[in-house]
Amino acid sequence: MNKITFTIDGHTVEVERGTTILQAAHSLGIDIPTLCYHPDLSLHVSCRVCMVEDVRSGRLLASCATEAAEGMEISTRSSRARRARRRNVELLLANHPRDCLSCYRNGSCELQDITFRLGVTKEDVDRLRGEQRSFPDDETGPALRREPNKCILCGRCVRACEEIQGIAALGFAGRGFNSIVTTAFDLPLSEINCANCGQCSAVCPVGAITEVSEINAVWRALEDRDKFVVVQTAPSIQATIGEEFGLEPGTVVTGQLVAALRLLGFDRVFSTEFTADLTVLEEGWEFISRIEGNKDLPHITSCCPGWVKYAEHNYPDLIDHLSSAKSPQQMFSTLAKTYYAQQLGIDPAQIYTVSIMPCTAKKFEKERPEHRDSGYQDTDAVLTTRELARMLKEVGIDLVHLPEEHYDSIMGSQSGAATIFGTTGGVTEAALRTVKEVLTGEPLDRLNLGFLGRKEAEVEIGGRTFKIAVVSGLAEAGRILDEVRAGRSDLDWIEVMACPHGCVGGGGQPRPNSKAIMDKRAQGLAQLDRSNTIRKSHENPDVIRLYEEYLGEPQSGRAHELLHTTYQARPR
Amino acid sequence: MGCICGQDKQSMQAYLQPLQQVLNRYAREERFLVPILQDAQEAYGYLPAEVMREIARSLNISFTKVYGVATFYSQFHLRPRGRNVIKVCTGTACHVRGGGEVLKAIQNVLGIEAGGTTPDLEFTLETVACIGACGLAPVIMINDDTHGRVNPENIKSILDGYRQPVHTEVAAG
Ligand code: SF4
Ligand code: SF4
Repeated sequence: MNKITFTIDGHTVEVERGTTILQAAHSLGIDIPTLCYHPDLSLHVSCRVCMVEDVRSGRLLASCATEAAEGMEISTRSSRARRARRRNVELLLANHPRDCLSCYRNGSCELQDITFRLGVTKEDVDRLRGEQRSFPDDETGPALRREPNKCILCGRCVRACEEIQGIAALGFAGRGFNSIVTTAFDLPLSEINCANCGQCSAVCPVGAITEVSEINAVWRALEDRDKFVVVQTAPSIQATIGEEFGLEPGTVVTGQLVAALRLLGFDRVFSTEFTADLTVLEEGWEFISRIEGNKDLPHITSCCPGWVKYAEHNYPDLIDHLSSAKSPQQMFSTLAKTYYAQQLGIDPAQIYTVSIMPCTAKKFEKERPEHRDSGYQDTDAVLTTRELARMLKEVGIDLVHLPEEHYDSIMGSQSGAATIFGTTGGVTEAALRTVKEVLTGEPLDRLNLGFLGRKEAEVEIGGRTFKIAVVSGLAEAGRILDEVRAGRSDLDWIEVMACPHGCVGGGGQPRPNSKAIMDKRAQGLAQLDRSNTIRKSHENPDVIRLYEEYLGEPQSGRAHELLHTTYQARPR
Repeated sequence: MGCICGQDKQSMQAYLQPLQQVLNRYAREERFLVPILQDAQEAYGYLPAEVMREIARSLNISFTKVYGVATFYSQFHLRPRGRNVIKVCTGTACHVRGGGEVLKAIQNVLGIEAGGTTPDLEFTLETVACIGACGLAPVIMINDDTHGRVNPENIKSILDGYRQPVHTEVAAG
């Protein structure tokens, strides 16, 4: 018998054997509070906030880890269950700072929400309050900051970093009262093999790991009359920022996003998709020359800075396989301070470039010393989706109800091929569309690679079959790179995105972040690609003009100077 | 063996030589992490960061993981330890018989706090919950020697007995 029948709060349910009480409750729409549980990660069972009572046996059970058994009479509401949950939250609060008012996660903190929801009072917390931890903060940035004293030891970040990214930069150290989630020797994240992907910050329920906020720097630039402030929005933002304003995941709000940015005071509002098209061309041409010379294959994409840093740490021997094309963010900023400055006739020193990114690794990328090809730091500030939403809320801009506006021209058009840069498989599909058309004049059929984990496909171009692989999550990427290193030579092209699902699952996207939500975001973007009329990067008229007026050909000397970059081996 | 950061590759290799010998005794598998750490500590006296980093590399696991294991077990030490390890009992019996005063006296004589090590690496000072020799309270242990009924006044001479070069036989009895 593979079905189990039991009751939750008086409802009789039949579930597959192996279903946990929590899963069964969710299917009934019964909401049991959780903290250490995360649907995409392994079980940790440390917070004990999801306690329920089996009234028949009188046992208190952690619902996230207990499988339903025949005849159980589960109460999520009994006074024992409620008291147990409350007590466990009180214990967490006993050693938790009380600076909620000024905490970065104030208002978006799961511990705060649960404390309120369970009715924990000041007296309850005071009674248990004892010695307080005092670990130093890690404020070295440039992508993430950690405040270990706020950590509730739920281990979500530890599991995300190990299970999704295969890095395990964060881990439990010490024990008992001195337990802490930290790095080896408490080294700053900037000094270890952290990829800056921000997956840890996306799953942390409290303010212990957050992005390094650049909100104030951007406000200062916007208020500086001498600065010409140019903003670019990454492809995925239009399908994710709506969540911060109560919209369903995947709701596309491109026009409202543009309008909101204008209201904030940006002088020009552009789309990163313009340079995503450019990346497709530069990378496509690079790929063509590699196949012709049979050199450095498989070709590996480089538009994800989290992946690039991971590769530098772990696969320095394969660095030559990485495309030398800059990421769309960096191409954009370089051009903003060269080509666009020239078009406008303003001094590039006056231009301040901001990018709205789904990503914390982009904050690191902009600081790389290589990215000064314009003669200045190419990108001045990077805001995550979450940070932008915050700025909008600060000044009361309600994105949802704004009339739609269009991106500024010259660097505002996009092909639809570029839009799907925001999901995994997107870069590959966009680039191969162009490669195939250029080489054979024939259009490419949709690849429909799907979104999660690792996908392989074969693509026929001009009588030759190319083997391509698309992978997201660095743990998965590591496995494929191990194969390449061990001599698997039949792959021609590998696309890697550090975050699950690609940018829609980025570490800077709205919380909560889960596979189910990322799926909806990716659907939203795919919809856009279908609805766009151009759909091929090499047919984007602004891109064509840019080459004609300024760069010459893809892979030309000037294109190389401005649009390509180098990498460095880093220690493990 | 103090800090070795900033040294060139060659001296780093030489520094890691004893570790290589340890590593050669085991298959490069995560399950041997604890014995490898034990042997490495035996070889270096403690677990320096560079040694742990190299262990992580050779087992293909993260540095943070190695650090997590090393900090979980109290048998592992991440800082150099003194040639002599003093353990002051802070159990109930010792406490009522002036163990706290004894601890203070030792801290004064050595100029370090509990948990610390003197800069000349002669002494490491630790506290323990109970040694199990309550009849002799207050008790301290130095290396494997138990000293009972100590008092703040005779602490200095006991410690002096362990200093180089005359320490070897004095304490044996
Ligand atoms: S940013 Fe990514 S790699 Fe770095 S600690 Fe967080 S999850 Fe791990
Ligand atoms: S840092 Fe955040 S996610 Fe990580 S263990 Fe602490 S509370 Fe949990």
